[in-house]
Amino acid sequence: MARTERRSIQEIKDVPDLRVATQAVLFQLADDDMVIGFRDQEWLGLAPHIEEDVAFGSIAQEEIGHAAHYYELLSQLDLGSRDDLASLRPAEERRNSVLLERPNGLGTYLESPHFDWAFTIMRHYFHDVWEMRCLGALTQSAAIELGLAADKILAEKRYHRAHQELWIKTMLDRGDEQSQERVKKALADTNEWAADLPDFGGQECLFEETRIVPGASTLSTSFWQEIDAFTGALGLPRPSGTVTRLNGRRGQHTPALQEALEVWSEVYRLEPGAQW
Amino acid sequence: MAQTAAIGDRDAYFLERLDRGDRIEAEDWMPEDYRQQLVRLIAMHAVSEIMGALPEKEWVPRAPTLYRKLAITAKVQDEVGHGQLLIRVAEDLMRPWGKGREDIMADLFSGRLKYHNVFHMATPTWADAGIIGWLVDGAAVITQGMSLSCSYAPYARALGRIVEEEGFHIQHGESICMALAEGTPTQRTMLQDALTRWWPALLMFFGPPEKSQLSTHQLRNMRYRIRSKTNEELRQRFFTKYVRRIWSLGLTIPDATLAQDGVTKVWTYQQPDWDEFRQIVMNHGPRSRARLDLRATTYQEGTWVRRMIAHHSPA
Ligand SMILES: [Fe+2]
Ligand SMILES: [Fe+2]
Repeated sequence: MARTERRSIQEIKDVPDLRVATQAVLFQLADDDMVIGFRDQEWLGLAPHIEEDVAFGSIAQEEIGHAAHYYELLSQLDLGSRDDLASLRPAEERRNSVLLERPNGLGTYLESPHFDWAFTIMRHYFHDVWEMRCLGALTQSAAIELGLAADKILAEKRYHRAHQELWIKTMLDRGDEQSQERVKKALADTNEWAADLPDFGGQECLFEETRIVPGASTLSTSFWQEIDAFTGALGLPRPSGTVTRLNGRRGQHTPALQEALEVWSEVYRLEPGAQW
Repeated sequence: MAQTAAIGDRDAYFLERLDRGDRIEAEDWMPEDYRQQLVRLIAMHAVSEIMGALPEKEWVPRAPTLYRKLAITAKVQDEVGHGQLLIRVAEDLMRPWGKGREDIMADLFSGRLKYHNVFHMATPTWADAGIIGWLVDGAAVITQGMSLSCSYAPYARALGRIVEEEGFHIQHGESICMALAEGTPTQRTMLQDALTRWWPALLMFFGPPEKSQLSTHQLRNMRYRIRSKTNEELRQRFFTKYVRRIWSLGLTIPDATLAQDGVTKVWTYQQPDWDEFRQIVMNHGPRSRARLDLRATTYQEGTWVRRMIAHHSPA
């Protein structure tokens, strides 16, 4: 039986097509997790419920842990150290979805935070579903390390998705009319910015041909199917169509990313090259 | 039997249990005064963990490397976890009064319930996060280590877990401080400034030294075997454990009089400003209001979230 030949990162380094595809998908995954992990960190100590502070602390660690793993693989492609990749690349080089850079709400984590819990949960749910779709495909990737990473990270993502699903259900089932309105608004806000989330910035064909991300061109459809099946079952119709704005997968971002980046790289940039 | 005995006998029997080294459980009978002392101590400890997350939290999203980002997120998460654990212990004790967690938080926000002096201080640099992890947690372990033998078993058990985690926090903080101490001139200056800033607060952490007599609270807590050491004994332990280590990193402690007597092993030191200490714990510290506002705003805005769970908890 013909089986795709699988190669290690070391081998991929010298094969242009494979290298470009591997790099591209890793930057998307890494930058997504880095920025959502940052948003999760902002909640720590400020969550509505102490139990949720603890839960968000775990989720933040796992997201940043995944980002660290993806950046580590990128550094094995000789693209620089993982910390430089995480903190020194300017906004226009970053490939995270614009949805994930949206602030948690008004204010900052240091001053007058008026964060939106329902939006935080809904946006995270979208991210979890998309990353799981990607990782599911990557379990069959021609890149050995991507397959291994996907197997490992999928297990943690299942827990994240379950956490968000439970909260969405809780807000609908146990909340009053006002909380149901909050969920509806959260879905509308998330949906509005979600166009570039299930997107590979036009590289689907390369991803499929190289089998770095098998079935890449079908993932967007299956992503929306999963979202609609879940929200539909809850009687929570998704507003039709997303508003196409910026595409983070092509390096287009809102000022919110730049602001976040300045915060998370503030100390690291103080003394470039120093040990911290 | 205790149940049929007169009140006076019940108290006497209770104290006798304590003297035998018996541990008290939540459902055991206890004098109201003992319950009050415990709630006072444990609720304050709980909110200190919760408020204690905030100074370091300021540096969680800004931690320099991926490794430090992960470590400090885990550390601050642990602190909130300690708050969660302790607030449950306090809630069990408050149940006969018909009170619970929301009352503890309300008392914190109204200023009726105080939190530890150290968490009112500013944390202007990354090095402050290192000093907190290393020396504030170091100080906390000294106090909490004493309370491991507390007569109230649920508190002692919670502390067992907490102290174990604090051990990791100290390593985490020390590792940040060592990296800075061995780093560039900017990094070393940052560390020295943070130590200078934190030193008085660290001395204050243990409370004012006892004069000739102990306070009523202290005497009661010792009688109830809730605590076993004085403020000064604990502070002396802190000096013995940390002063030489701090010096070995090439740091200067901002107290030229600090020295240990070769024979008595007692440390002499310059007293911090105890009036300032009283001001700080009365929520007049540099960051008291700002942090309380931060926590109060988000807590209040999250009421709708807590309400959904409260009404339907399986209990
Ligand atoms: Fe703690
Ligand atoms: Fe700690």
